[in-house]
Amino acid sequence: MKNYHGGVILAIGSSAGASVAVLDHGRVLAQWRTAETTNHAEVLAAAVAETMRQADVDGAGLSGVVVGVGPGPFTGLRVGLVLAHALAEVWQVPLQGLCSLDSLAHRAVTQAPAGDSAGASGGPVEPGSEFLAVSDARRREVYWARYRSRAAPGADHAGPDHAAPGHTGPDPTASAELLDGPHVSAAGELPDLPAVGIGAGLYSESLTARSALEASWLPDAVELGQIAQSGSPSVLREPLPLYLRESDAKVPAQMRPRMAAP
Amino acid sequence: MTDLSSTSTRSRESARPLPQAPLVLGIETSCDETGIGIVRGTELLANTVSSSMEEHARFGGVIPEIAARAHLEAFVPTLRQALETAGIQLKDVDAIAVTAGPGLAGALMVGLSAAKGLALAAGKPLYGVNHLVAHVGVGLLESSSPMAALPENTGALLVSGGHTEILRVVSLTSQVQLLGSTIDDAAGEAFDKTARLLGLGYPGGPAIAAAAAHGDPTAFRFPRGLTMPKFEGSAQAPGKHRHNWSFSGLKTAVARAVEQFESAGREVPVHDIAASFQEAVVDVLTSKAVRAAREHDIHTLLLGGGVAANQRLRELLTERCAEAGIELRIPPVSLCTDNGAMVAALGAQLVAAGVEPSGMDIPADSSQPVQRISV
Repeated sequence: MKNYHGGVILAIGSSAGASVAVLDHGRVLAQWRTAETTNHAEVLAAAVAETMRQADVDGAGLSGVVVGVGPGPFTGLRVGLVLAHALAEVWQVPLQGLCSLDSLAHRAVTQAPAGDSAGASGGPVEPGSEFLAVSDARRREVYWARYRSRAAPGADHAGPDHAAPGHTGPDPTASAELLDGPHVSAAGELPDLPAVGIGAGLYSESLTARSALEASWLPDAVELGQIAQSGSPSVLREPLPLYLRESDAKVPAQMRPRMAAP
Repeated sequence: MTDLSSTSTRSRESARPLPQAPLVLGIETSCDETGIGIVRGTELLANTVSSSMEEHARFGGVIPEIAARAHLEAFVPTLRQALETAGIQLKDVDAIAVTAGPGLAGALMVGLSAAKGLALAAGKPLYGVNHLVAHVGVGLLESSSPMAALPENTGALLVSGGHTEILRVVSLTSQVQLLGSTIDDAAGEAFDKTARLLGLGYPGGPAIAAAAAHGDPTAFRFPRGLTMPKFEGSAQAPGKHRHNWSFSGLKTAVARAVEQFESAGREVPVHDIAASFQEAVVDVLTSKAVRAAREHDIHTLLLGGGVAANQRLRELLTERCAEAGIELRIPPVSLCTDNGAMVAALGAQLVAAGVEPSGMDIPADSSQPVQRISV
């Protein structure tokens, strides 16, 4: 398993909107994002070029690439994945995937205390507490996973004040442990736990959002990079999409055995 | 932001002399073939294709989502193999070319995003090219000279599962004209649907051809679409569909024939229907294509697309071109079906002609018109 604990990495997310970040030891050097869901193929490559220019880094200066592998709408997800594959192949740097929902969970446990940020959030999830990260799967369903907040072993002080993604490095005292998922299902079928992510906002009748702010969150490359550099390689995955659904294609009636072939 | 990156590419490109025989890597993902080809000018160095055809077989046709999934998985292995076959590294190439359209949107986007990644990472100019014009570019790879040109007034008949078109190519890099096309199903699609109807399996082309070999092509008189005088008009006063095709009526006629036998409790004469269907497709394809060529002063006709593998089409087109005094060129089947080499070949022509590279922000265009040779 490749270790990203150190060096400069490029992170790409395309599971909902699209996002790009360049990080050095968890510190964000440059970042870009859009909530637009339908133009990844047009904007994402140019965004990578621009974000790397802003971070003043080129391919030779990278120690790796990480990419969100979903779950998310397939077409946009593939655009980010194949872009990451092509970049890593040419630069000859390791490429690793991360579940996109991990980004939401990481933000939930490392965010600023309630009242500190502009929109009222629920504050960081208490160590030991369970919660859900939920994103939009369309067709009246959500992608979701269940996590538990945990303090880092040996942590004995509160983390630094820490705002929305990208402004500071990860809070070293907290991480989110994946307990179950990712899955795709109707919002009404999820466990009754506080939820973060846009899915909680879309299905507020079925899900209990931790706060209105947290119910608007989309996965982001900043946290994908921070998780990759947090020194917990067990969360890294193969850089292949988590579709969770088969294609919709049905075998047409005519393809079923009907008349003897000559 | 996107302007910045594309501007720098353009200025760097114009600052150095145009390569005589550019080394270009081409990427094709518009349908179910992941193709990566490498050419130096008109010299073919590699043509690597990974097909997801077998995964579509049980559906009797290409499923876009399955095709797009396969492109992502096949991309890096296909790239590595193409580079190894050509004996080059990506840093050696002068440009990256990619099919921008027309084709299946989700499939196109995989190739396009990959091509942008290669161009960005290797610092190479990107050319988003037209899939149909790229099929014509194959005609150059046959030549022994390092940077051949197409003969003046070349025409191209493209027949595949997604396309049925006749083009007039004034200049491969600047002027291509659509003379006619199907107004409904593509010819290859008609083969697939008819094979499904007859229980012959997928892909339909080879299945129909095999069954037709044992049948009588005159057993049924199936319709030749858009051949009535009101559609065709005359050379002086051409009708609206003089050079267009339609295959949906043919497909329906085959279905009716099958139903008649089935409802009468008689065995369906699969061989005769297949042979008569194939004859109807090939007859109307070739007669209209050759007439369009004659009336547009085309002296060389290039055949492209997967249906070019059909033996009866080759025979009848050869015969009718000879009668009309038209030189017919049929590339090897591996270059007729979708492939990356054709995309690279067109890319090399664009580089040599000094055409501006594409920006990093170009979209995939599933219905890109043939007049848009590069984007």
